[in-house]
Amino acid sequence: MEPILEIKDLSYIYSAGTPFEHKALDHVSFSVGRGEFIGIIGHTGSGKSTLMQQLNGLLKPTSGQVFLGGQDIWSDKKFTRQARFRVGLVFQYPEYQIFEETVYRDIAFGPKNMGLPEKEIDRRVREAAGFVGLTEEQLNVSPFDLSGGQKRRVAIAGVIAMEPEVLILDEPTAGLDPTGREDILGNIEAYRKAKNATIMMVSHSMEDVARLTERLLVLNGSHLAMDGTPAEVFARAPELQDMGLGIPQVTKVFLELQKLGLNVPNVYTIDQAVAELKAIRERKSC
Amino acid sequence: MLKDITLGQFFPGNSPIHRLDPRTKLLMVVVYIIALFTAKSWLGYLILFGFLALAVKLSTISPKVLVRGMKPIVMIVIFTAVLNLLFTPDGSVLVHFWVITITTGGVSRAIMMTCRILMLISATFLMTYTTSPIRLTDGLESLMGPLNKIKVPVHELSMMMSIALRFIPTLIEETDKIMSAQKARGADFENGSLMERARALIPILVPLFIGAFRRADELATAMECRCYHGGEGRTKMNQLHYHRSDFLAFGSGAALVAVVLGINALGL
Repeated sequence: MEPILEIKDLSYIYSAGTPFEHKALDHVSFSVGRGEFIGIIGHTGSGKSTLMQQLNGLLKPTSGQVFLGGQDIWSDKKFTRQARFRVGLVFQYPEYQIFEETVYRDIAFGPKNMGLPEKEIDRRVREAAGFVGLTEEQLNVSPFDLSGGQKRRVAIAGVIAMEPEVLILDEPTAGLDPTGREDILGNIEAYRKAKNATIMMVSHSMEDVARLTERLLVLNGSHLAMDGTPAEVFARAPELQDMGLGIPQVTKVFLELQKLGLNVPNVYTIDQAVAELKAIRERKSC
Repeated sequence: MLKDITLGQFFPGNSPIHRLDPRTKLLMVVVYIIALFTAKSWLGYLILFGFLALAVKLSTISPKVLVRGMKPIVMIVIFTAVLNLLFTPDGSVLVHFWVITITTGGVSRAIMMTCRILMLISATFLMTYTTSPIRLTDGLESLMGPLNKIKVPVHELSMMMSIALRFIPTLIEETDKIMSAQKARGADFENGSLMERARALIPILVPLFIGAFRRADELATAMECRCYHGGEGRTKMNQLHYHRSDFLAFGSGAALVAVVLGINALGL
């Protein structure tokens, strides 16, 4: 697979040269393919947020490089700006950044900054609103009259409307109720399928990343500690727990079953667990 | 990054100046300013400068820090100096050119005014550098206590001040976050004409204000939940007490004013 993003030996130091110097990323390297769904997990302060802001050129690396489609994003000023549009970034609690008078205009902010023609902006706004399940009438109301979950959708649509090739989200479901969470995660997946976009999602819900992602990046103390499929990563449960990270509940249950001497494999989603348990029951009944 | 801006307000320490009661420091600054404005001669200024230098030395605050703090007021100082230089008609004429006349009186007045402003600012900075904002508001509240009698809501005012100070770092962090988020959507704050750049601030200011109001609302609720009802009958965790060093400071302040007045009277 041709990589869309390549991160080479990236380091970042906050407030370099002052007494408050703090190393947030330490020689991190990995590459990201088109259409991948990647989960990023790590303890608070492990460098997740810093890493995200490196990928679209909001922060300039202290050393190392970030390549977007083969070109260093800091090689040219115009390209850095392009990178912001090609790599969309949804911050934590993005609803607090809404500022326009109508939902439509807020979603149109990004495409407008791209300098697109009016017609294309209109198409993108309507399409983005469709992805996150906002209705035609809602486009013309003030975003401040909407509920928290709906505001979140407006904010995400505002980034999706730029049609980024890579969509990065920092805990997109934080503080939402279970239905709201499922809706948003579904919207993200729908966008990925429709545009063959790469999704990178920071999450503290091990259940969510286990179920949705194909690959997990684990950050710990400014280092990239693990990079693998959820199965590979969750197989290293003791290490994860040492980092202060959890594992899915169902994985915990199956690890306990193994300790009790039952011959079960490692599982990390409910669906897998159900399948495994059914298989065991069938074996027993014969 | 905005976060890197030091607010330059308080440098924690344990010097004799740090340990002074905040009320003492507030009053001393007032006394110092009065002395500064009554001084008429160079000798008076020299003594005032010596007093300030001694205080800075005692505070262990590096003079470099004080000088760096002067940056924002450079323009005001230059403006005052130039005005005094050009519009003081005393003394003999040094330069006369078109409408500009510079006199010896003008030169000495300009230098004096510059010294006066710089020393005034240094003294106030020294106070804020050595006093935590919380202690400063405590001191202000205590000093303004008598105003309560004429129905000035002293406690409420000082509470507002503490809260405002407390939220400055929070607001800076919030601004930083909103700026990043809007930049991620292609907002451009650095390029364009003045009008364009002013307009580019709207996407920052609107969320910032909404956030500030939301926070104020939450804080008010949280305070009411804990039965906050204003200053009446409210006790303090940290009581202010005058110590020996405070009386020493007052004594030196009184001596300073006396010396300056004496110099004026003798016409030295």
